[in-house]
Amino acid sequence: MLEIKNLSLTVPLQGQQVTAVSDVSLQIQAGKTLALVGESGCGKSLTAQSLLRLGEFQGVHRTAGDITLSGKSLFDMSDKTLRTMRGGAVAMIFQEPMTALNPVFSIGSQILEVIALHTNLDKRAAHERALNLLHDVGLQDGEALLRQYPDALSGGMRQRILIAMAMAGDPDFIIADEPTTALDVSVQKRIVALLRKLQQDKGLGMLLVTHDFGLVAEMADDVAVMYAGEIIEQAPVMQIFDQPAHPYTRALMQCRPEATLYGERLTVIPGNVPAPGAWATGCRFQQRCTWAQDACQNPVSLQAWQAATHQARCLRVGET
Amino acid sequence: MMVLEAQHLRKVFKSGGFFTASEKVAVHDLSFELKAGETLAIVGESGSGKSTTARLVMRLLEANQGKVSWGEQDVSKLEGKALRQQRQHIQMVFQDPFASLNPKMKILDTIAEGLRVHAPQLNAAQRQAKVVQTLLSCGLGEEVLQRYPHQFSGGQRQRIGIARALIVEPDVLVLDEPVSALDVSVQAQILNLLKQLQEDKGLAYLFISHDLSVVQHIADRVLVMFAGFVVEQGSIKDVFEHPQHPYTKALLDARPISHPKDRQVALDMQHDEGIAQQGCAFALRCPLKQEKCSQFDMQMQHNCACLFPLDKQEVCV
Repeated sequence: MLEIKNLSLTVPLQGQQVTAVSDVSLQIQAGKTLALVGESGCGKSLTAQSLLRLGEFQGVHRTAGDITLSGKSLFDMSDKTLRTMRGGAVAMIFQEPMTALNPVFSIGSQILEVIALHTNLDKRAAHERALNLLHDVGLQDGEALLRQYPDALSGGMRQRILIAMAMAGDPDFIIADEPTTALDVSVQKRIVALLRKLQQDKGLGMLLVTHDFGLVAEMADDVAVMYAGEIIEQAPVMQIFDQPAHPYTRALMQCRPEATLYGERLTVIPGNVPAPGAWATGCRFQQRCTWAQDACQNPVSLQAWQAATHQARCLRVGET
Repeated sequence: MMVLEAQHLRKVFKSGGFFTASEKVAVHDLSFELKAGETLAIVGESGSGKSTTARLVMRLLEANQGKVSWGEQDVSKLEGKALRQQRQHIQMVFQDPFASLNPKMKILDTIAEGLRVHAPQLNAAQRQAKVVQTLLSCGLGEEVLQRYPHQFSGGQRQRIGIARALIVEPDVLVLDEPVSALDVSVQAQILNLLKQLQEDKGLAYLFISHDLSVVQHIADRVLVMFAGFVVEQGSIKDVFEHPQHPYTKALLDARPISHPKDRQVALDMQHDEGIAQQGCAFALRCPLKQEKCSQFDMQMQHNCACLFPLDKQEVCV
């Protein structure tokens, strides 16, 4: 199990360290998919990157909390152990297939690099493994593909190669940051099928970072919704869709074009996500919330609603 | 009133060197008309030629064959200053609000730039007044004039992009994936803004998108493109409710589900089959292909370029 406990992170902003993620707790279990949902700027990618301690290269600091992999803290690990873990036990599929591959190296050398880092296969066996990985992600003619460069490939093919690279270290957990955002609907459907198949075959645990409720509906077992650096609702996927408890979750779902009839105006959430440092005290959604009242200025914690697994950070849960 | 018309456009891209020269036909024989106040959407996968079409009708790319008219005027042969003057009729909003604004120009200068060409008689104060008025109609205030693009969020930048296009009072906006880089909540704000502007100003939109739920919401008519061919066209209602071409049906079926209860247990993990070079371009992926399809030259018959349109099929797919 991969677990985040009460994690708070700060990011450098105009010369100061500003809190961008506060008191986030998440659990990713083997064989399950947890979706982390929210608008841009809500801290979901920062949280995901912290699982590999990647943010530290960009000045992200941990001010509180812990991350554990099978009970062992990532912050107690030596740099060497950490390097083996990245891409080994925990792998990441990055957001943009167009920029996540290095344009000056062939596909083969980029996949073989990952295999060399995480296994002790000889050259021939590594090559064999690369071909198998490409086959697993549904790419044909692997030999030719290994010699090609990223610019010759379509977005869908590049995304498959990134998935193949993530699988190269035989991970237990996968972090997928917006894995289908840049892709066509038909390609998107195939990537969803691929990820689900890999997950079933290998019992992977997955953290799916996305703002797309269509993808959540396709893939997630559980959902955590983030807003302004904190989790505002967490529940099994069916409950998020059937009985969203937090006004923000509901507003986000109603914004989708398919939630509105043709010819009518779409529902919008007025205003923008507040930047780190500009969060309100108490409920951070209160300025944009149609249900806000004076009491919303008091701090509010995640509380169970209807079931212990369904939690929301709203004073008026149940009323609204 | 016709504000934009494309007749038999064809665009071929050449690549490679002297010995390795190859040709790719990006758009085959494409025609459409756009009336004032109407929204025509072009949908299709990446590589289907939809952005090329947008650039052809903007005259940002030269077509190899065919004719483009803005309003009454045939602009296919116009060059230089004459073409620039006609550009007042048609303006473009780009996909990426982060890359399409000059980072070194203040918002005032970016938006006013069009006026320098199309309304040179205005002085600086008049120009600024016009910019403020246009910004207001796009939901932004006077305070943004002296700021730079990096100080804005994606949604605000897209509003700036729309204001820049609207400042010269065009009849037509060509919108190339205008909301695909935005969050759902911001996407809804921009789509509402576009609807409002269309009602207020009677604008016509050519709306390029791969997101079918957005298209279904905003467009009146739709062209479905595959591999440079228009494979189906018609009103949103007809095409979305009764698709005729197997490709349109496949595209509609690939839409993301809206509730986890619709999740299919076994999703088909297909391979990329590519595009047929002979006959119907969709044949390699088509579940209904027959032998005759390899002879078909992709001509439109009754708004659908298919030998065996779906309502003529005996078996339900």
